[in-house]
Amino acid sequence: MYDFGYTKPSSLADAVAALAGDDEAKALAGGQTLIPVLKQRLNKPTKVVDLSKLGLSGITVTGDSVTIGAMTNHATVAASADVKRAIPALAALAGGIGDIQVRNRGTIGGSLANNDPSACYPSAVLALGATITTNKRSISADDYFQGMFTTALDAGEVITSVSFPVPAKAAYIKFKNPASRYAMVGVFVANGPKGVRVAVTGAGQGGVFRHTAAEAALSKSWSPASLDGVSIPADGMNSDIHASAPYRAHLVGVVTKRAVTAAG
Amino acid sequence: MPQVTLTVNGKTSTVEVEGRTLLVELLREKLGLTGTHVGCDTSQCGACVVHVDGNSVKSCTMLAVQADGSSVTTIEGLAKADGTLHPMQEMFREHHALQCGFCTPGMVMAAVDLVAKNPQGLSEEQIRHGLEGNLCRCTGYHNIVKAIDAAQPLMHAK
Repeated sequence: MYDFGYTKPSSLADAVAALAGDDEAKALAGGQTLIPVLKQRLNKPTKVVDLSKLGLSGITVTGDSVTIGAMTNHATVAASADVKRAIPALAALAGGIGDIQVRNRGTIGGSLANNDPSACYPSAVLALGATITTNKRSISADDYFQGMFTTALDAGEVITSVSFPVPAKAAYIKFKNPASRYAMVGVFVANGPKGVRVAVTGAGQGGVFRHTAAEAALSKSWSPASLDGVSIPADGMNSDIHASAPYRAHLVGVVTKRAVTAAG
Repeated sequence: MPQVTLTVNGKTSTVEVEGRTLLVELLREKLGLTGTHVGCDTSQCGACVVHVDGNSVKSCTMLAVQADGSSVTTIEGLAKADGTLHPMQEMFREHHALQCGFCTPGMVMAAVDLVAKNPQGLSEEQIRHGLEGNLCRCTGYHNIVKAIDAAQPLMHAK
């Protein structure tokens, strides 16, 4: 690993100031992606700005929303009785990320800022129509995801929290790569205040996307059977040693049906 | 150079590190606690699992500076001062849950956290899922799972 400067600011303003004006500075959340990347020398930051002392952890549940602080780790979301009650699919998703040790460190804000095309959280954010709050604005899920590892965040912009509207029904099913446990295809279905929304992770070359044909079919009738005959083109799907593009396109159909069944 | 003050196995130390120093490097190279192993260096194998403030983490995927002010327990801190093994260590021995032993420190530390956080008890399947972050290349999982299952009542009886 190349060496770097390190700072652990104690206020959001200080963190933003430390990141400002330095394109080579990196924000550090849980580090479960950033540290492996640094170890492989794929990135050479001038300094790492640790966000752990900004008071950005915690979960607030009201009647119609779940708001999760950006530095809340996956294990905390998975174990939260409040999240389990309000959006059980979200708690289950968090409990299926990586392994226990990754869940004890990895954070929702870090996952969203990174926007790995196979990460789990982006599918929940997009399907539930969540709002991402940063140090300077609120960003809707539809505007936030802009392609693989690309988001609406400006340089030096820090996510502070994510707010999810509570849906009537939701479920997330992940078809895992058996070795890495990343999603080969993961589908989050939701029927809630933002309508019927289906978000797919792991499959698309451009990262998480909405499966609009499935949304249209499920809007008419919320049942697995209404997805019969709904397909998605293989164009634009990822293709790698684990699965070809046509196989991923097929899996999107299978996993979407399973998610609707699980949502009830 | 940044200074890190942390309590490891009950003993507080202040150590100079680089920004890039990993927690596992601090433990092994600065404090001489070589029971914590580095297996893969890619955050996958779990040989480096230790407890930080009561939670199991991969110490190769945490900077030493991130552990400033924390309380860390390594495999060396599990047994009592008189040498009496932790029930998890005892059951690993009893059930022959190791062959080469390289993954064992991480397995034991992961298992202690897993059992401690699940006082309601874990099924065999849940134990296997709970070990997703730990790799054993001697194909030793079966006896590891048996050992963890056997340690459950012993840990919860305490």
